[in-house]
Amino acid sequence: MNRDGRHIRLLIGLGAAALLLLGKIFSLQILNGSYKEDADRNSTIYETIYPTRGVIYDRNGKILVGNKVAYDILVSPREVQAFDTLALATVLDVDPDFIRGKLKEYRRRRSSIGFQAVTMMRTVPAETYMRFDEVKYKFPGFRGQVRSIRDYPFNAGGNLLGYVSEVNQSYIDKHPGEYRSGDYAGMTGIEAARETELRGEKGYRIFLRNSRNQIEQPYKDGAEDKEAVPGSDIVTTIDADLQQFGQELMQNKVGSIVAIEPSTGEILALVSAPGIDVSMLADIGKNWNQIASDPYKPMYNRAVQASYPPGSVFKLVNGLIGLQEGVLRPEMTYPCHQGYHFGAGHKLGCHAHKSPLNMEESIMMSCNAYYCYVLKNILDQKKFDNVAEGLDHWREMVMSFGFGRKLESDFPAELSGSIPSSKTYNRAYGRGRWNSTTVISLSIGQGEILATPMHLANLCATIANRGHYFIPHIVKASEGVEIEDRFYEPQYTLVDTLQFPKVIKGMWRAVNSGPGMGGTAQIAHVDGMDICGKTGTAQNPRGADNSVFICFAPMDNPKIAIAAYVENGGFGAAYAAPIASLMAEKYLRGETSRPDLEKRMKDADLMARVKHD
Amino acid sequence: MIENAPYKRQSIDWWLVGAYLLLVLIGWVNIYAATHTAEAGSLLDFNGRAGKQFVWILTALGLAGMILFLLPARLWEAVSIPLYGVVLGLLVLVIFVSSNIKGSHSWFSLGPISFQPAEISKISTSLLLSLWVSRQGFKMSRLKDFLLACLIIGLPMLIIIAESETGSALVYIGFIFVLYREGLSGWWLGLIGLIIVLFITTLTLGMFWAILIMIGVLVACNAYMQPSRFFKRLAICGGAVLVIALLPTVLSWLSGLVQAQIDLLDNRIWVPRADEPDHYFWSFILKIRPMHVLLGGAAVAFPLLMWWAYKKKDTFLGVSLAAFVVGVMLVFSTDYIFHNVLKDHQRSRIEVLLGMKEDLAGAGYNVNQSKIAIGSGGLFGKGYLQGTQTTFGFVPEQSTDFIFCTVGEEWGFLGCLLVIALYVFLIVRLVTDAERCRGHFARVYGYCVASCIFMHLFINVGMTIGLMPVIGIPLPLLSYGGSSLWAFTILIFIFLALYRDEKKYF
Repeated sequence: MNRDGRHIRLLIGLGAAALLLLGKIFSLQILNGSYKEDADRNSTIYETIYPTRGVIYDRNGKILVGNKVAYDILVSPREVQAFDTLALATVLDVDPDFIRGKLKEYRRRRSSIGFQAVTMMRTVPAETYMRFDEVKYKFPGFRGQVRSIRDYPFNAGGNLLGYVSEVNQSYIDKHPGEYRSGDYAGMTGIEAARETELRGEKGYRIFLRNSRNQIEQPYKDGAEDKEAVPGSDIVTTIDADLQQFGQELMQNKVGSIVAIEPSTGEILALVSAPGIDVSMLADIGKNWNQIASDPYKPMYNRAVQASYPPGSVFKLVNGLIGLQEGVLRPEMTYPCHQGYHFGAGHKLGCHAHKSPLNMEESIMMSCNAYYCYVLKNILDQKKFDNVAEGLDHWREMVMSFGFGRKLESDFPAELSGSIPSSKTYNRAYGRGRWNSTTVISLSIGQGEILATPMHLANLCATIANRGHYFIPHIVKASEGVEIEDRFYEPQYTLVDTLQFPKVIKGMWRAVNSGPGMGGTAQIAHVDGMDICGKTGTAQNPRGADNSVFICFAPMDNPKIAIAAYVENGGFGAAYAAPIASLMAEKYLRGETSRPDLEKRMKDADLMARVKHD
Repeated sequence: MIENAPYKRQSIDWWLVGAYLLLVLIGWVNIYAATHTAEAGSLLDFNGRAGKQFVWILTALGLAGMILFLLPARLWEAVSIPLYGVVLGLLVLVIFVSSNIKGSHSWFSLGPISFQPAEISKISTSLLLSLWVSRQGFKMSRLKDFLLACLIIGLPMLIIIAESETGSALVYIGFIFVLYREGLSGWWLGLIGLIIVLFITTLTLGMFWAILIMIGVLVACNAYMQPSRFFKRLAICGGAVLVIALLPTVLSWLSGLVQAQIDLLDNRIWVPRADEPDHYFWSFILKIRPMHVLLGGAAVAFPLLMWWAYKKKDTFLGVSLAAFVVGVMLVFSTDYIFHNVLKDHQRSRIEVLLGMKEDLAGAGYNVNQSKIAIGSGGLFGKGYLQGTQTTFGFVPEQSTDFIFCTVGEEWGFLGCLLVIALYVFLIVRLVTDAERCRGHFARVYGYCVASCIFMHLFINVGMTIGLMPVIGIPLPLLSYGGSSLWAFTILIFIFLALYRDEKKYF
């Protein structure tokens, strides 16, 4: 074989291989344009444009939560030159060590920061920024960036509105792809419930950077930039004046007031005391420690998150069920000798009032014994094989009022309360080893029953509507904001509409019978308002009884249904009834006519009675 | 060139030295370009990679001077056996004492300096191979001689594979060019080419296409070997048809569109489907697939051809038949090799290369970013130090294995052309110088050096532009790193010394 030819062949092979490489390189660099675009995309930087957050209005168009301008202070460490740390610290109103520490940190991270700007301080108030702006030229590398923060013109509904704060890592992880470090989001209350509408959409501007990471020009002349879309405004069902009035009434007390418009289920006021001052919300970060260390837990929304025994107001439910089941007729009378006696020497006590009495009088005077008979008659009906079946039937009817389950309002973190079933007692006493007298305290809303103030307000609205309710909600439909259809659908109870007027008559008499007639809610009477109400005095294992009152007004075509619950307030008539009555008057008449009562309620300080952990 | 030159210096191939220096310089400035933003500093800042490379370059030049002017050229022939032994020992030793750097056990760490014996092994293997092949009476056609040559190449290759440095081991395949030059039948080169083609076609097009292509190639070769001119012409025509048939695949491979091809050549036309109707008597005809024809044809043709080969004493046909059997076995075991012998990262790199999967965040990330960097360079490039892709660190290993990206991005197509032309010049110069040598040792050694540089060049540049799977070997003389620069410097300058030594006597 001719070996001399071989090196030529090898060199031809080499040439072919080199051409192959160059051919591919040619196709990459000259023929295919997409790599240039990819490279541009690689070397673009996105500047975020933050949208303004939606405004929250009350039902009358007053601004509950607005926005005001604040500034973030940014710094590009590579552009910083020697400067007077002390002067900058004074201008920005921070400790000089804070600035030194930050600069030290940037120095450590310099390779990852590169030529970029980092945020040194967040949401600096406008006044501080103005001071800084005047002397900015002395501090190259530092600049401000506009940011909008929350502003609260009304001191109303602190923990109802909720607060907005910077998202942390676990929040980012829970909402993949929606947030990035440095974004803000609603954390509680309406801010959290309506976060998706309120936040709007972030926009961005795209810039190209050169090989030294300096911004050179807008990418494609801004053709692919995206404007920020401002968040939608939210109109709430809250009446700002009523809410503020309720908060004033509840100051220095623990408890809540819930007011609902019965014909729509719209929540007019949702007071939880002690509440949180709106001035703290705007800068929640700074005030967080103070809020968290408060033993009365101001961030805790008692109106939907506290479960209490409802007390005597629950007699209304038992009365309605008795009427529906046919075991109670309004004219039926039962005796009461300071209570209901059962078994050998057992007694469920009652206060002094006339005996025997009929159903209307039993509501008016809140007789305990009467409802022991009623509940016993409901549970021990012949149609049931045993008391367990009776109790479960009773439970089903109670739950049709919304008790024992979440009302599914649009409000976050609602509790369900609880209504006992036969299983509850089977577990406690054993199957067949309990009877209607074992559970007798259910008749007066004590024992194993738990309900939130929202449940009680909903009960009141149900009675006001004569048998149905609308799911309580806090957001009204408005432009760009829809609410679910279920809020427009009446929820019917298992008690016929016909039965309700009989009970309402008793509630009217409890308030409007006149002095000396024995009506328990006499104090709630306002001339010409036809308030119908029912007091409750619920046992509190930690100290004095809780004061409970529900009422609606006026009797015909009701406009407002209220539940007031004051922890350790004593009799229902002591605090809850006057407070609810004042609320109703304020809402229906726009002003109150009983300055002495109002002053007494506002000045009352029950905090000393409240035991906390 | 002046023969019988009285001065040693004049017999040094300064063109070669010039190409060498130019490449080293290009490497140095590109290392600075690739790292200058991450580590601020000048070209000569010794904390930066460019500064360190400068030190490596100076020491490498010192080594080069020592080889050219201090050490006698005769030394290399003499030390080749002990050197080979020592390096083999180091290669084995490093497996046990090395620290694990990126999954491989191939680095010795001596304080701040670490070096890879696999780099020196290229030198020792080249020297011993040259010694053996240039020995008086060596005949490539003698089995013993041939096998020993294979052993010299294969031994370090296997140990390096054991070090998990498969990439470095692949370079040794290049020595087959040396053997070819020294008399190895060209069919062996063809065979290796065929194996690679079979592997790729099996993975992308499927087994039956691979077998069909193999039959085509073997038939064409046999026809070419026939004494009749008619058959020869037929074979050339057939081969041309085959090349044209395969051209779309090759072109789409070049432009990265293999997937479209695969979709066209759906494997289902070859294998029976389960959902064919079979309630008619004649329906079995519908079930006949090209696969059946292929198997039936092979079953009939194979014994006939064997008998023919035996009767006509046609060795080439016999070997072809054997090659066919081996090839079919290879095709059927490709799947096994691919999934069981190759490691996960190797498999995914090949899958990315062949367009079988697109994994831009994982296995395909390097190559994609590297292609973006080079592709964005255009004709003239973005200018020195103006590349955004390489300086922002999108391209990994940008100063070592992916240094070619910086060239591509900042210097554009013209820069790539220049660099590749320089390499081609270097290799051509080595080959022509080697051909001029009268001493066989120097000639074989020159081919060894050329082959090593070629393999590194083709694999490395091929990798950065998506023509080869990701194989982590440096670009000779350009990539950052002392081991590699020293090894190639020694490799080249030993040849220069041998070449000059040659000239002394003529």
